Amino acid sequence: MADMTALDSGVMMAADGTPLKKKLKQALFLSRVRAFALVAPLLLFILASFIVPIVMLLWQGVHNDTYTKNMPLSAKALYEWDGQSDPTESMAEALVADLVVARDNKTIGRVATRVNREYSGTRSLFTKSARSAAKMEAPFLEALIDKDKDWADIEVWKAMKIASKSYTPAFYAAAVDMTYNADGSFERVEEQGRIYVKLFLRTFMVSLVVTLACFVLGFPVAYLLSTLPMRTSNLLMILVLLPFWTSLLVRTTAWIAMLQSQGILNNIFVAVGITSDDARFSLIYNMTGTLIAMTHILLPFMILPLYSVMRGISPSYVRAAKSLGATNWTAFWRVYFPATIPGIGAGALLVFILSIGYYITPALVGGQNGTLISNFIADHMQKTLNWSLAAALGGLLLASVLILYWIYDKVVGIDNMKLG
Amino acid sequence: MKLSHVMLGAASALAISTAVYAEDKITVVSWGGAYTKSQVEAYHKPWIAKTGNQIVSEDYNGGLAEIKAQVEAGNVTWDIVDVEYSDAIRGCDEGLLEEIDPSILPAGADGTPAMDDFIEGAVTDCAVSNIVWSTIFAYDTTKVSGVEGISDFFDLDKFPGKRGIRKNPKANLEMALMADGVPAAEVYDMLETDEGVDRAFAKLDTIKDSVVWWEAGAQPPQLLADGEVLMTTAYNGRIFNAAAGEGQPFEVNWDGQILDFDLWVIPKGSPNKEAAMDFLTFSTETEQLAAQASWIAYGPARKSSGALVGLYNDGKTEMAPHMPTAADNLGNALVNNFEFWADNQDELNERFAAWLAQ
Repeated sequence: MADMTALDSGVMMAADGTPLKKKLKQALFLSRVRAFALVAPLLLFILASFIVPIVMLLWQGVHNDTYTKNMPLSAKALYEWDGQSDPTESMAEALVADLVVARDNKTIGRVATRVNREYSGTRSLFTKSARSAAKMEAPFLEALIDKDKDWADIEVWKAMKIASKSYTPAFYAAAVDMTYNADGSFERVEEQGRIYVKLFLRTFMVSLVVTLACFVLGFPVAYLLSTLPMRTSNLLMILVLLPFWTSLLVRTTAWIAMLQSQGILNNIFVAVGITSDDARFSLIYNMTGTLIAMTHILLPFMILPLYSVMRGISPSYVRAAKSLGATNWTAFWRVYFPATIPGIGAGALLVFILSIGYYITPALVGGQNGTLISNFIADHMQKTLNWSLAAALGGLLLASVLILYWIYDKVVGIDNMKLG
Repeated sequence: MKLSHVMLGAASALAISTAVYAEDKITVVSWGGAYTKSQVEAYHKPWIAKTGNQIVSEDYNGGLAEIKAQVEAGNVTWDIVDVEYSDAIRGCDEGLLEEIDPSILPAGADGTPAMDDFIEGAVTDCAVSNIVWSTIFAYDTTKVSGVEGISDFFDLDKFPGKRGIRKNPKANLEMALMADGVPAAEVYDMLETDEGVDRAFAKLDTIKDSVVWWEAGAQPPQLLADGEVLMTTAYNGRIFNAAAGEGQPFEVNWDGQILDFDLWVIPKGSPNKEAAMDFLTFSTETEQLAAQASWIAYGPARKSSGALVGLYNDGKTEMAPHMPTAADNLGNALVNNFEFWADNQDELNERFAAWLAQ
């Protein structure tokens, strides 16, 4: 009977009369909920400990309310000011009132640091003026200028106007060597102050060269490991993994001992007559040193995925190609090599992304060229405490990695990647 | 039998711990290693002997992060902390530190009032300095002789060879100007102007191609020992340790040295504020500061301590000439101007990095 009705309406029914399709959906939904409940703790953990902090930090790159929060009256007065005409008495009055409160609340240091980022040299202007603000009397503008003639400088007020905007492109502008002006325009910073674009380019260049070098050096090693009998290859594998397990700093320092001008390598060169004692090679404290040390440190990240992919390629493929008349080269290039591409992709992506974030090794062995963009991010996080600029720089770095990832997906296909 | 022993032991332990509890117990936080050891010997032990209080010694790596977290959470467990100058000022500006009334500081052993006895800048609103350290330049005496002053460091014709310099504009711009003939007293005024900064960079330009850049304090003595550089800037204590402790033939040239302070601060809301203040005033008295100098080559922050500085703990090296604050070494010396760097370091750091990348 049930079957009859089902046939009549063209819909299959379950025993209890509900359509089978709906019933199936319910069952699938329940199993999905169960699966989701199982991964929920992990998801929440990642959300709370990884995604949220990253989003919050990136948020600081466009949002900084230090000034508005601690200097509310002045921020309002500056908002109404056009940023061109001379500062007015009411702006000065609001400023002095805020300075008194900021000094009492001990927030003046934060405010001063924020404005100083827009206009270098104003930090002490704020802390000093705040100290005597309580004693100032009207007219306040004159009292301020009396205290320090820098208050007559309209650039200081413009810097305050920029700082008083909570949502600001100023930090992203600074991250690409631009200045954000009080009137909303952008301009490039002076030649001698341009640094971040240069560092971004250098970081990408270094990462690219290191990735290529790792590939060229790692491919034959991985091939050897995958073709040797298990016993020998396991032994050799330990040689790959041993440095991998050694502290990064130890390996970097070891390279210094190897490469420095009085170091092992140069001593050997002099001993065998490749160079003379006065003309020792400069192998460290320059770009050469950075590339050598980084390549060595990141090499395992290329070898391991390559090895795991090569292990899976059956030797019979190449034998088959040869039996069909292919030369050694053709068999390698047309049959073997394409099969290793998932490993190359994974290795190259790993090495490239790791090198983009590298900074300790270049700082120690790179000499004057050893500064990469991550050095500045770390510096702004730890020393200058300019988290907003660090967030902007980090945001740009993240965006460029995501773009590369997208290109990789388009060209090679992310499904082809094999990590092990 | 056994049980009663245990009970007795527990009871007496309890008695002792309550007895101790009646005394104050403060947590003193410093940088660890040889430096903390010098403080334990010179400050902690005599203070414990004098007051009967207890000290818990902790190490940290500098910076205000922990103090800030404790103060903002209202759970302050550190009573007194050894900080760098910039952190002392910033912490004070941000309200993380107790203010210190300078009138509680006792006069020097020779009767000089405290504020005259401390080196200028050593006492701030929230901090009192204990030691003075210094950025100097040094060289290997077996390879170099006849070095007169800071201008020789920048003179590649007279002393051809590599130079080690810290990869940071701080101290380098000042040294460059002093090497260029600017008197120490005018250095910071000159650096306030664009021409002054240009002049400092121009001077650095003259040796840029021969520079090996260092970052960590342990590197310069190593660079000298390896023969990587002929001369290097360094922290004076590091060179002293390599020379006196390891017998390296290194010599410090004090011309154009840049002095810097380490200071005691008390986090705001310390539960043992009074005991901490007492420790602070005690440890910065003339005798204690002088005693510390036998353990490490950093100078006492009080002038009156200079006369009391004795031998290094090897029992033979006279410490006085190795102090940055020794009269002979102060001939051409500059005190690091924190205000200047707080105002200008962002801009100068960026310019320095751009200059390096050129």
